[in-house]
Amino acid sequence: MAKIKIDGNEIDVAAEATLLQACEAAGAEVPRFCFHERLSIAGNCRMCLVEVKGGPPKPQASCAMSVKDLRPGPNGEPPEVYTNTPMVKRAREGVMEFLLINHPLDCPICDQGGECDLQDQAMAYGIDAGRFHENKRAVEDKYIGPLVKTVMTRCIQCTRCVRFTAEVAGAGDLGLISRGEDVEITTYLGAAMASELQGNVVDLCPVGALTSRPYEFTARPWELTKTESIDVMDAVGCNIRVDVKGREVVRILPRLNEDVNEEWISDKTRHVVDGLKTQRLDRPYVRVAGKLTASTWSHALGVVAEKVKGTDPNKVGIVVGDFASAEELFAVKSLADALGIANVDARADGSCLDGAAGRGSYLFNATIAGIEAADAILIVGSNPRLEAPVLNARIRKRWRKGGCTIGVIGEEADLNYAYNFLGEGPNAVANLASGNNGFLEVLKAASKPLILVGNAVTARDDGPAVIAALAKLAVDVGAATAEWNGFSILHTAASRVAALDLGVVPGEGGLATRDILAGCASGAIETLILVGADEIDTSKLGSAFVVYLGTHGDAGAHRADVILPGAAYTEKSGTWVNTEGRVQVGARAAFPVGDAREDWAIVRALSALVGKTLPFDSLAQLRAALEAAHPTYAGVDEIAEGHHEDVAKLAAGAGGALGGADFVSPVTDFYLTNPIARASAIMAECSKLAAARVAAAAE
Amino acid sequence: MSVRRLAATEVQPASFAFSPENEAWAATVIAKFPAGKQASAVIPFLMRAQEQEGWVSKAAIETIADRLAMKHIRVLEVATFYTQFQLAPVGSVAHIQVCGTTPCMLRGSDGIIEVCKTRIAHHAHELSADGRFSWEEVECLGACVNAPMVAVASDTYEDLTVETFNAVLDAFERGETPAPGPQNGRNGAMAEGGQTSLTDPGLYDGSYRVNIVTQGK
Repeated sequence: MAKIKIDGNEIDVAAEATLLQACEAAGAEVPRFCFHERLSIAGNCRMCLVEVKGGPPKPQASCAMSVKDLRPGPNGEPPEVYTNTPMVKRAREGVMEFLLINHPLDCPICDQGGECDLQDQAMAYGIDAGRFHENKRAVEDKYIGPLVKTVMTRCIQCTRCVRFTAEVAGAGDLGLISRGEDVEITTYLGAAMASELQGNVVDLCPVGALTSRPYEFTARPWELTKTESIDVMDAVGCNIRVDVKGREVVRILPRLNEDVNEEWISDKTRHVVDGLKTQRLDRPYVRVAGKLTASTWSHALGVVAEKVKGTDPNKVGIVVGDFASAEELFAVKSLADALGIANVDARADGSCLDGAAGRGSYLFNATIAGIEAADAILIVGSNPRLEAPVLNARIRKRWRKGGCTIGVIGEEADLNYAYNFLGEGPNAVANLASGNNGFLEVLKAASKPLILVGNAVTARDDGPAVIAALAKLAVDVGAATAEWNGFSILHTAASRVAALDLGVVPGEGGLATRDILAGCASGAIETLILVGADEIDTSKLGSAFVVYLGTHGDAGAHRADVILPGAAYTEKSGTWVNTEGRVQVGARAAFPVGDAREDWAIVRALSALVGKTLPFDSLAQLRAALEAAHPTYAGVDEIAEGHHEDVAKLAAGAGGALGGADFVSPVTDFYLTNPIARASAIMAECSKLAAARVAAAAE
Repeated sequence: MSVRRLAATEVQPASFAFSPENEAWAATVIAKFPAGKQASAVIPFLMRAQEQEGWVSKAAIETIADRLAMKHIRVLEVATFYTQFQLAPVGSVAHIQVCGTTPCMLRGSDGIIEVCKTRIAHHAHELSADGRFSWEEVECLGACVNAPMVAVASDTYEDLTVETFNAVLDAFERGETPAPGPQNGRNGAMAEGGQTSLTDPGLYDGSYRVNIVTQGK
């Protein structure tokens, strides 16, 4: 720690801290454009100038000078920094005047207007008039993809976007070409950006040079109602802010949560917005004479209740999809229990994890923030770049810091960091465990080894055997101890951890998803209830009576005999548990479309019609019941840690023979993994671009 | 200085490769840097590519980027930052770099540029009609005492007048390589017309030598 005086107040800060951080610690505001906490220091906007005593006798860029660079006074007095002297005021005015030389005065037609750093800081630190009458610089406009719109004359060359793509996203597709007044931000010769995190450059841009293309000219920030929610596109549970204009969700932005997403979100999370408007199921439908016809709630629910009552519970199957909140899962589970239906499964992808070995057997035990502590990472059967881009950025962050060896078993994909490729399938796991390829020593030598297990492992026939082998490996290398539990399952479904917590898996003698579907084909299952489950093969459901409760006219709805329109994740308050077991609550940002209702209410209404009324009439009561049954669900934004012994239990589990097939990630097209994304025109465009890139790379 | 862009697609070659000698040289350059830091070789590589081909093409940028495991945009940044890299084809015989900085300008570089405009092409970076010459104005070439001057590849032609510069161009046109250095007959940076001071031969034949060991005794 070092002592330093900021505006006369003496404070203690780390010697490595920059002057800017020291000023913030002392409560002095320092304007800045290029400085960003999560990016390297560029020091090129000059907005953060301060006056220092004990350093060079000129205004200093406080972001690029650290406390230890300053000398103490002649008698050992701490160095002094001023942020409020006339020199600083004049320096800021001067810098602002320079920044505005070439910045166009098009705020009225700029999407950044109202939330623009340059606008705000010009008001706060600038002077009232400019003295430059020369023509402003014009910069050729660029096309850098369907998500980020560019108006490059507005650019002030802070290079935040360049540093983000190079450092955090790892794609490195933006650059600053030429020099002096001719510099331009661009991609390589007009190529579209390729990163799954590119939308974040819009948030980073302090001016209106990079704005969101899908959101262009849609709304002003003061017209929006902002609601804090949780993302369901993957199992990371990114914290998001949903902005609503009128009744319509117009954009989604990240919220800061150091433990989960820092301040990034993936493009799917951000730009799936238009999918919330199209292909929506806005009224109940009942199939009459082979054709779906619009119906009413009382009629549709009556048909379903009649069918459920008239079917033997052993011939009813319930499959819950990837978006379900804990409340819905709890309601569905309660109804199924009441009706004696054992064929309930929330693992539409056919995962073998059933939670029987305890919470530690299916959580991302290391936690997302814990990735930064790991010193060896083994990724098995996962492509985290596509399955959880934000989590992948965290692994990249760890890798960039150095001292972390990464191994991959599965697909040899470009993950934006270097790794040792150890093989494609279960053989490689066995090979690793027997110490044949040297990576076992790496894991053993590591003090905090992390074993990341993806869906490609769990959703296959020999899944239990591979999981058992990996759990055994984890125990052997010390990845499952009381101090450090690095056995980490990376789920892809937002509903999965809650489903396993609440036991939404087949009961005594019940069938799992695959058997339920096979039962439909063979006639063993007569009534199938799909709760937002679209990631299944709906073409082979035989003559089963299919009820679809969901939001979009996707695979499930097309096959359904009765459609019950539900609420999308932005249209309901719900609890989601992310892959590390963190309980997070999202608030309702908009109302469900048309006649659609919140899913738990539909389940509740159905329960009354089948004569098994569930004991809750409001979401509050449902939540109270949920928390009474599962106390950890009251701890919002907390993780009830899994026991490290659970991993050992998993290791001792069933086992069986390892198969020979390669691990194949369930996410082949990042942009089209769920019904909302498939309804989005923007996601379709991104998907097409990504496919073209793959084709071009294959040539 | 103006916006620097890669040359039009029509003139871009399909591929680029170092010649065998340059390939051997490249290996020694990469070996200078620690493992994983091979990107440090980007500027020498670009310069050598330019020496080989006369200019830096898109293919050269991409080949060098792939070779050094860099993103293409990173190499483009470097190539567009330094004006020393020619991004468009230059004259096959000579690319004339005329110094236009103050000392040369005071000594008549405007006349040299005028010759370039009439004899080569009206605009800088434009090829002459036969494609053999091109020219540009550059910043100080570092021999102000011999102003005005031009540089052709690594040779400099100094103490130019319109006439002597025309003679240099004539020689290039004939396919010769004119002798580099001052074009007015003086030797290096010596005073024009011979020495005017320190002319006493005694300074050089040792007759003024003083024995500093015995002098004070």
